[in-house]
Amino acid sequence: MIRATNVSKFYGGKRALGPVSFEINPGETVGFLGLNGAGKTTALRILACDLRPSGGTVEVGGVDAVADPHEVRKRIGFLPENPPLYTDMSVVDYLRFAGELRGMSANAVKKRMPDVLEITDLSDVSNDFIGTLSHGYRQRVGVAQAIIHQPKFLILDEPTRGLDPVQIVEMRNLIHDLKQNHTVLISSHILTEISQTCDRLLVLGKGELLGKGTESELASTKGDIRQITVTVRGTDKAAITKVLAAIEGVTKVAEPYEAGGGQLFALSTNKDCRAEVSRAVVEAKLDLLKLDYSRSELENTFIRLVGGADASN
Amino acid sequence: MRATSIIFRRELGSYLRSPIGWVIIAVLLLVDGILFQAFAMRGEQLSAVVLETYFNFSSMFAAAAGVLLSFRLLAEERQNHSMVLLTTSPVRDTEIVLGKFLAALTFLALFLVLSLYMPLLIKVNGKISGAQILVGYLGLFLLGATGLAVGLFASALTRYQLIALLVAAAIMVIMGNVYQLATRLDPPVRDVLSDMDLWWVRFQNSFMRGILNLKDVVFYLANIYFFLLLAVKTLESKRWQ
Repeated sequence: MIRATNVSKFYGGKRALGPVSFEINPGETVGFLGLNGAGKTTALRILACDLRPSGGTVEVGGVDAVADPHEVRKRIGFLPENPPLYTDMSVVDYLRFAGELRGMSANAVKKRMPDVLEITDLSDVSNDFIGTLSHGYRQRVGVAQAIIHQPKFLILDEPTRGLDPVQIVEMRNLIHDLKQNHTVLISSHILTEISQTCDRLLVLGKGELLGKGTESELASTKGDIRQITVTVRGTDKAAITKVLAAIEGVTKVAEPYEAGGGQLFALSTNKDCRAEVSRAVVEAKLDLLKLDYSRSELENTFIRLVGGADASN
Repeated sequence: MRATSIIFRRELGSYLRSPIGWVIIAVLLLVDGILFQAFAMRGEQLSAVVLETYFNFSSMFAAAAGVLLSFRLLAEERQNHSMVLLTTSPVRDTEIVLGKFLAALTFLALFLVLSLYMPLLIKVNGKISGAQILVGYLGLFLLGATGLAVGLFASALTRYQLIALLVAAAIMVIMGNVYQLATRLDPPVRDVLSDMDLWWVRFQNSFMRGILNLKDVVFYLANIYFFLLLAVKTLESKRWQ
């Protein structure tokens, strides 16, 4: 378990983080969500023992990270925002170096190497110099160095940063695989990445912990407003609006516009009422063309938590 | 010290793979050789004088090699973000500094070995003892190692390699010329500053002439230790920033 208690970090007189407190249980995949400058990287660097906190305590697997950072570093694999690579080394040489630095014997590294290359899909480029690899492959090498020593805890700071869409999907799949064997902590400001990968979220804003819990737990606080879009075939906008407004949970129906071969209505609701909406449309003998969240539940929650000022940055 | 050995191997491999280290050695050897031909070998001179002249300018190249081989060691890691691998591994800052220092020291030793042909030419054609060459080279090695330690310290200060180079060069120039300042002052400040001189007092008056003084050896070792310690402490302090 990772336990942070009243952790804070000041750069000079400027507060970058905290005090924040949170726990991460074994086997969980937790997402650190926040805008740029929210304190995500600072928090992760403290957990990875790359940075000492100005105050508070961090325990990783029962070991105090400030008192015994050496021991904690053995248990953690860290992929920083910019992968720590030596471009003049081949992939295998680099991973051997990283493994040995983490206390593995040469034999242990040799045994572990094929697994790591397979997990990260690096077998084809294992003898290539890192300097010749594409950004996506370099990111994979970064993940490989983080898992070479089979750490219990894996910390990934913006793992999909700078990747193209195909590489993002590949990285997401890789993280899904890693979840099987590691407690994973991921930071990102990309909401879809977090929502598709993590079991639980920690939302940071201006160095403070604004919310924590599962996506639905976060959404259920403070009288959440969800947004649903429904596309219906028909021309009588007023009649359709009346049908939709009558649905229990719908608080507001916005002015519709033409989209996707029908009229698109944006509904504000205070609960998940997609089922009721679809039923009402069908019962009104209207053709339901599409039903979706106009904005993800997480995005709503995120914007509400970080506040309008931050969100507009 | 296992981590020191791992970092040493990586760093030495990096020196051997990359052209930068070889280019530094080649340029210094070329200029050293030209100066040897131009100044040490001019006219008829006693072999011992020729050797002294050789050690005189070679000492500057040894110090320069020390700085040039070390100024990038930590600054470059920070600039390339690879430093994080070291700082998040179960490795002590002392081991990082020591591993890098020893690798650079090995490469410096290679440079000195490659320059040995010049004093050997003097020995073959004149009358000098092997011990005189050995003592001179011990001085070059210690001076170069001091340059390495200073360069490593400067490299720990900043992520900008040029700044690290300038800081290291400035420290070496000041330390190598303290004696010049001391001669303009009165005792006891003059004596204290003279004792701190890296080149005029500690090298020219002893190693260059084939005289081995233990206090000079200790002086260089103390300086090396001091700057390596500063490098370690600088790395440690960076963790708070």
